Amino acid sequence: MGGLVTVFRRELAGYFATPVAYVFIVIFLVMAGALTFTLGNFFARGQADLQPFFTFVPWLFLFLVPALTMRLWAEERRLGTIELLLTLPLAQWEAVVGKFLAAWAFCAIALALTFPLVITVNVLGNPDNGVILTGYLGCLMVAGAFLAVGAAISALTKNQVIAFVLAVAACFFLTAAGSPVVTEFLSQRVPQLADIARGISITERLGGFTRGVISARDVVFFASFMAFFLFANTIAIDQRKAD
Amino acid sequence: MTALIEIERLTKRFGGFTAVDDVTFSVAKGEVLGFLGPNGAGKSTTMRMLAGFMTPTSGTARICGEDVVDRPVAAKRHLGFLPEGAPTYPEMTVTGFLQFCGRARGFHGSALNDRVAHAMALTQLEGVRLQPVETLSKGFKRRVGLAAALLHDPAVLVLDEPTDGLDPNQKHEVRNLIRAMAPEKAIVISTHILEEVAAVCTRAVVIARGRVVADATPAELAAKGPTMDAVFRALTLPEVEAA
Repeated sequence: MGGLVTVFRRELAGYFATPVAYVFIVIFLVMAGALTFTLGNFFARGQADLQPFFTFVPWLFLFLVPALTMRLWAEERRLGTIELLLTLPLAQWEAVVGKFLAAWAFCAIALALTFPLVITVNVLGNPDNGVILTGYLGCLMVAGAFLAVGAAISALTKNQVIAFVLAVAACFFLTAAGSPVVTEFLSQRVPQLADIARGISITERLGGFTRGVISARDVVFFASFMAFFLFANTIAIDQRKAD
Repeated sequence: MTALIEIERLTKRFGGFTAVDDVTFSVAKGEVLGFLGPNGAGKSTTMRMLAGFMTPTSGTARICGEDVVDRPVAAKRHLGFLPEGAPTYPEMTVTGFLQFCGRARGFHGSALNDRVAHAMALTQLEGVRLQPVETLSKGFKRRVGLAAALLHDPAVLVLDEPTDGLDPNQKHEVRNLIRAMAPEKAIVISTHILEEVAAVCTRAVVIARGRVVADATPAELAAKGPTMDAVFRALTLPEVEAA
C-alpha cells in the first residue's frame, strides 16, 4: 500500500508541476460554464437545478479525460521511466492503481472547482442540494470510467496521439450509446442491440445520479467497469513492459 | 563466499530472434563484474531481466536468494538499478525525484532525508538539488540516476553504462565510488569501454549475440591477445568465431 500512496503523490504533484493541470482546469471550467449557460438554457429553464451542467459533463470529459490519460503510460515508455518505476519494489497493480487514483483525484479537483454554479443556483432559488451532490458523484463516476479506459489504452502504446485518439473513440462510444439518436435508431432496426447499447451507456447511468438516485445497479456497473479496465491495464503493462 | 546474484540459463526471445541465449553466471559479494559486449549483444536485455523489468522466456535469476520472477518485489528491495540512459522524470527536482525513489523503498521522515542527503553527497548533486531534472546536463542526469540506485544502500547494484556521457573527471569519480562500495556489494556494470573494465572490474563477462563468450579476470582477458581491443574483437566478431 505504501507504494500506491507514493505513486499517487508523485503523479498528482506531477500535474501541478507542469502546465497540464492549469490548462485542463481552465478549459474545463470555461467550457462547462459556457455550455451550461448557452446551450443548456440555464436561466430560461427557470428551474433551480444543475441538470444542464450534468448533461454536458460527459461530453467535456470525452475530450479532456483522454488528454490526461494519454500520457499516463505512453510517456513513461517514451522517456524510459517505466523501467525505473517497475524496478522499484512496488507491485505492478500499485503503480497502475496509484496512477489511476491520482488522475481521478485530479478530475475531482476540477469538478469541485465548478462550485460557483452550486452557489449560483442556491442564490437564485431553492435547489435540492442532495440531488446536486449525487449529480456530482455521478460525474465523478463517469470520469473514473473514462480514466480507466484511457489508462488501459495508454498502456498499449508509446505514442500519445494514438492513445488520445483511441481513448476519445472509446469514450465517445460509451457516451453516445445511450443518446436518443442511437437508441431510437437501434430500437427501430435491431431492438436487441438497443438494449445492449443502453446497458453500456454511461449517459444512461449518469441520468440516475442526476435525478438524485444512487442505485446499486449503477454503482456496481461503474465499479466493475473500472475494476475490469484497471485489471486489463495491469495485464497490458505486464505483457508489454519493454516495448 | 555466497553469490548475491545468480543468473541461471537465462533466455529471452523476441519472436524468432534470440536476444539472450542461455546465459549463466553468478556474482559474489565483493566482486565487480564488467559486462562487456558490442551494441545489441544482449547486455541491456540481460540486465533488464535481472532487474525484474523483463520476464525471461526461460531460465531465472536470483538476487540475494530471491527469485526475480516468483518474488519480484522482494528481489527488487535488494537491488539498485540504473537503467540504460538513466531515465528520470523531467519535471521533478533532484530532491523530489530522490525522495520519490526513497518513499517507494519505504523510507519516511528523517530517515528519508538522511538517505537523500547521503546519496546526493556520494554523487555530488548538492549544488543542483532544487533544479528540475530536465534543466540538467547529461552528466548530472546520469548522476541523478546513480544516486537513485544507491539511495537505499542495496546489496546488489546493476548499472547499465554508468559512465556514459560523463566527462573524464566525472568518470574518474564514478569509478572511485564503485571501487569504494565494492567490498560490501555485488556489482554488475555494463560497458563497451574496455579501459573501464581494467580500471574497476575484478571480473569480466563478454557476451556476443546473446551468448557468453568469455568469463575471466581482466588480466586473463588481456593476456589472450596483443591488446584488449584485439581480444574483444576476436571474441565478438562472428567470422573470427567461425574460423
